[in-house]
This record gives sequence, C-alpha cells and structure tokens, in this order.
Amino acid sequence: MVTRRDFIKCAGGAVAALGGVETALASTGPHLDPDRVGVLCDFTLCIGCRRCEFACAEEAGLPHGELRAYDDTGVFAATRRPDAESLTVINRYPALSADHKPLDVKVNCLHCEHPACVSACPVTALQKNALGPVTYDPWRCIGCRYCMVACPFQIPAYEYHDATAPRVMKCTLCQDRTLEQGRPPACVEICPQEALLYGSRASLLRVAKARIEAHPDRYVDHVYGETEAGGTSWLYLADRDFHQLDLPEVASTSPAEVTESIQHGIFKGFSGPLMLAALVGVILKSAGACEKCEAEAAARNEAGKEADHE
Amino acid sequence: MSNRHAVPFVTPGVGILMALAAAGLAVLAARLFWGLGAVTNLDNQYPWGLWIGVDVATGVALAAGGFTTAFVAHVMHRHQYEAIVRPALLTAMLGYTFAGLGVCVDLGRYYNIWHFFVPGLPNGNSALFEVGMCVCIYLTVLYIEFLPVVCERFRGRVKLPGALGNLDGFTEGLLRVVDRTMDRVITVFIVLGVVLSCAHQSSLGTLMVIAPTKLHPLWHSTVLPLQFLLSAFAVGLAMAIFESFLASRSLKRPYEVAVLAPLSRVLPFLLTVYFAAKVIDMANRGTYAHLAELTPQTLSWLAEVGIGVVLPAALLMTHRLRRSPGWLFAASAMIVGGVALNRLNVFVIGYKAPYADTAYVPSIPEILLTVGFISLLVLLYRAFVFIFPVLHEEGESHHA
Repeated sequence: MVTRRDFIKCAGGAVAALGGVETALASTGPHLDPDRVGVLCDFTLCIGCRRCEFACAEEAGLPHGELRAYDDTGVFAATRRPDAESLTVINRYPALSADHKPLDVKVNCLHCEHPACVSACPVTALQKNALGPVTYDPWRCIGCRYCMVACPFQIPAYEYHDATAPRVMKCTLCQDRTLEQGRPPACVEICPQEALLYGSRASLLRVAKARIEAHPDRYVDHVYGETEAGGTSWLYLADRDFHQLDLPEVASTSPAEVTESIQHGIFKGFSGPLMLAALVGVILKSAGACEKCEAEAAARNEAGKEADHE
Repeated sequence: MSNRHAVPFVTPGVGILMALAAAGLAVLAARLFWGLGAVTNLDNQYPWGLWIGVDVATGVALAAGGFTTAFVAHVMHRHQYEAIVRPALLTAMLGYTFAGLGVCVDLGRYYNIWHFFVPGLPNGNSALFEVGMCVCIYLTVLYIEFLPVVCERFRGRVKLPGALGNLDGFTEGLLRVVDRTMDRVITVFIVLGVVLSCAHQSSLGTLMVIAPTKLHPLWHSTVLPLQFLLSAFAVGLAMAIFESFLASRSLKRPYEVAVLAPLSRVLPFLLTVYFAAKVIDMANRGTYAHLAELTPQTLSWLAEVGIGVVLPAALLMTHRLRRSPGWLFAASAMIVGGVALNRLNVFVIGYKAPYADTAYVPSIPEILLTVGFISLLVLLYRAFVFIFPVLHEEGESHHA
C-alpha cells in the first residue's frame, strides 16, 4: 500500500503548508510612496449640502442635474449607497442630542493601502498607485466583478445594463486630476466647509489626531481608516462609534494578505506544483516499474473482489 | 450516427434536452444583445450568482473525474478501472468547456479574455487569475488526452467525401503519427493533468478567502482551498460512478458494477478525510455555534454535510450496498449533490454583502441558461459516445 501512504503524506504536507501560510503572514502589499495622498473627511463639519455629489458626477461625466437640485434634503429619508451613476453619496444620521447637529456621512471608495480589489483583479485593471489612488483602467477590465466580491466596504458598482462595454464604477480619487494635474479631487475642491482636506496621508493623520486631542468632547477617539483593512487613504472623524454610521468593523489587516500568502506559499517559483508533479511521478514509477508489484496488485485486487463478493 | 449502440440517438428524453438547450441559447443571445442587467438578478450587492456558483464552480468540481480516474488507472496502475477513464475524460472535457463558456457569459467584457495571456497584464496575486490560467491549460491537456480516442475511431477507416478523398492517405498517415506520438507522451499529459487539477480545484476555494466579512462563517476559512481539493478527489470518483449508471441506463447497457463497486471502496476514506478537514477547522474556529441558529444557511450546511458526506460514506462502508446498483447509484448521487451544494453554498447561499438589503434569487433566464447549458452538455456527451469509442466494450481494452 505504498500509494495510499504516499497519498496521506501528500495530504499531510498540504495541511502543514497551509498551516505555515497562516502563521507566517508576511506583510505583502503594493509599494507606497511616503508622501502618498489622502483625504481627511470630518463628518462633524459636513453640512450635507451634497455639492460633492454634484462635483463628482460632473467630473466623472455621469448624469447629474443642476447644482440647485442637490439642495433637496429629501434624499436623506433613505440610506443610500454609491452606485454606477453616483460614486459618492451623503447620508444623514440623527443628532445625538438636542445640542448636537445631525451628522452627515460621505460614502465612497476609501482607497485602501493594500486593496483587496487590486489583489483580486486578475488583469491589473485596478491598481494601487504609489501616490495613493486606487485607479481603474476599463481597457484592461474583463468584467469578472471579483473586485466587487473582494471589497470589504462593498464599494465597486457595475454598469449591468451596458451590453457591450460595462465598467466597474467607483471613486478613483479623480485619478486624472490628482495624479496628472496635481489638483485636489473635485469633491474636495467644491466643499464649502472644509469638511474635506486633501494632502499627504501622514500629515492628515496628524491633523486628525490633533483635532481629537483639542476637542475630545466633539470627537470619538478613533480615526476611521488609520488601520481599517490595513489602512485607507480616506480618513474619517465622527462624534460617535463608526458602526453607528454604517461603516463596517473590519480587521486591521487587509483581507488580501491571507490570500496572497496562500498564493505565494503554494505557487512561488512553481515549487508547489513541481513538488506535486515529482510526487505523482514517484507514485507512477513505484506502482508500475516492476512487474512483480503489478502481479501483486492483481492478486490483491482478486482478493479485494473476493472480499467485495463477501 | 453509427450503430455503436442498440438505441436510437433521438429519444423523447433527447427531444426535451434539445428544447431546454434551445431555451438556454435564446437567453445567451438576450444576454449578448441587452447585457447582464437585462437577464440576471445580479446587482451591486451580489456580483456573482447562479452562473458562477453552478456553471463554473460546480461544473469544475464535477469534472474532477477526469484527473482522479486517470490517477487511479494510470498513475497507480490499477488497470482494471480503465473502463471508466474514457467516460470520465469525456465528462471532464465537456465539463471544463462549459465551465469556460459559463465564465465568458458572465464576464461583462468577455471579448477581453485574451488579457490573461498578455505579458504585463496578469496579476499573480489573484486567485482568479491562477484558476483561469490553470483551467485554460488543463482544457488543452484534456483535448490532447482525447486524441487517442479520435485516432482509434478513424484509423484505417478514413473515407473523406468527394474530392477530399485524395487526402485519405495523408489523413491516415497523420492519425498514425498522432497515435504513435500520443502513446509515448500520454503519461506526461496525465501527470500534468493531475498537477493542474490539484492547483485550480484548490484555488477555486481560495477565491472566497478574500471575503471574510461576506461569506458565512460556516464556510469561510483559510483552509477552504484544502477542503475544495479534498472534496474534488471524492466527487471526481463519485461522478464517474454516477454517470456510468446514467449512461448504462440510457443506452440499455449492463451496469458496470463489477468495476464500480471495488472503486467505491475508497470513497468512505476520501469522504472521511474531507469531513475531518471540515469539522476540525470548525472546532478550531468555534463556528459550530452558528449551527444552532436555524437559518437557511444552517440548513444548507447540514444538508451538504449530512446527506452529501456522512450518509453516503456510511452507506458505502457496507459490502452489500456497494454491490447493489441501486444503493451504489444513490450514494454516488448523494456525494455529487453534496459537493454541488457545497459550491453553491460557498458562492451563492452563504454569501451576504454587508449592506445587502434584498436577497439574491436567480432570475428565470439565469436558470434557463444554466439548465440549457447542462442539457447541451448531456446531448454532446451522448453524441460523443455514439461517434467515438468512449464506453467500454466487452472483450476490448483501451490503451489510453
């Protein structure tokens, strides 16, 4: 029973290899520039004017009404999610008490430091630019929508009704403006309250922490995005726990770290497949090389058949 | 069609399959003209649905018979099982072809599929890239492995129509060269097929590891790839047994119990290993607590494991039941159903996006396309066994 023992060894090896993967989670991820940009979004400063929604739609070439139409606060009746036609939305949450104001929460792609969508994309249509933005190239995209499965924030949307060239739709941090022209994203530029700050992520993180320190009564002591999903380019400040604002509680490591470790652990240098091929080769040789073995196998089989006949 | 079998090609059942296949092709046309949004219930909450869960994930799992039977018969040199290698190879060849077609129907930009092969575009971190690449190469390997069957069918019998008759001699020569070459190199392709299969069967499980907050904890685990591989081993052989019974019944041939019963002895062992990989992981993570919740997900997990793993393993431990065509067929059908349900659980039933406000239920056209593709696959299988020497003939031995 050489073969069965070999098989068990092989399976055991596979278990050990996967166990090793879990314990030796090397921090992987894209190369990042120390001066990479981000946006600090202070919910307590936002007045829910929705000008960012307008500016975003205009910049992205998506359908939008006149700026006046965005004064309509009726949309706050329901909680909205970004979709293929609106890459950012504002949701309003009731005031904590009479002397507080309602909190307006801007929802869009957070531009993870180690994005699961980028790790998932089989053809690098989504990429993490070293300067911060998670960019999208529709020409490369095959439309598999694995990015949508992978995103822990459920952000990427899809143009399901386009039969010929549907795109994955999400905020790209105005990749043309920020990366090529050095200008801030459209939403930041239009914000009348400076609720949105654009700058280097490191400096924004310092600003955020300074604000919390200066006004501990105004803020919950948590910068959302500092560590969430391995850190994000967008950083949020709020007056209450973020899960009350429908921002998900996610691990402080990127979900991509585990899968990338599995992929690298098994396929680095084709070591896994080569070892398996060698093992199959050994079984092939040992089971077939000598006629004697085969004769024995035949005898064993006869015995097996007998046993099966009872 | 040749008179290889005692039954006519077209029967009432075949007529029904043809109608279903036509309906599926009509949905395919609608999807091409009006897009995914027009025919599916997919949305931003549920980007993957029935087509990925059944056509692709289940299709690939049930096609695992191609490499498992080749491993048993050719790598372990258990030549008594050769009778089931060719039918399993045909199932794998057609199963993977339709899995690939299923992916292409689901891709928004299916015409960009060649980007997988353009240097600079592929992403080695992506489990989906690894799955896609392995499946493409393995499909090629399967077609190559089928060449000896084509040679056997036509060698010495080439008779091209009309003016092409001049090429008869050349075609004969070509078949001879292919046949001889394949004799020498088939082993390489069999080993390659085993390695590629292990790689992508497991990587199909890796796909959902990246979504820990979306896939239900009853299924989400970092050892999902191992569980997928172990279940593929079991379902590959179970599927070979299952389809042998179906083919025998449909073509009015005697059941091959003498071959299938001894083969089924290994199934309780494979199922136990798979079951252990599931419950040990469950104990490690403490996710058994979710079993008390009595949600649709819980019931689906219990069905998958109880009816799909534990029950058939217990049944097949008994000599008498293994020798009974009815019980052997029932047990293999349970294993096939159990692994199919597992794939559906992992990709569809157990998937819930954090902001999902509605549940995903496949649309009628989605179901019609899936059923249509399966019908087309069965029809092609039937056509192949009518044309080619796929099913074992008494007193005849295959060499590939």
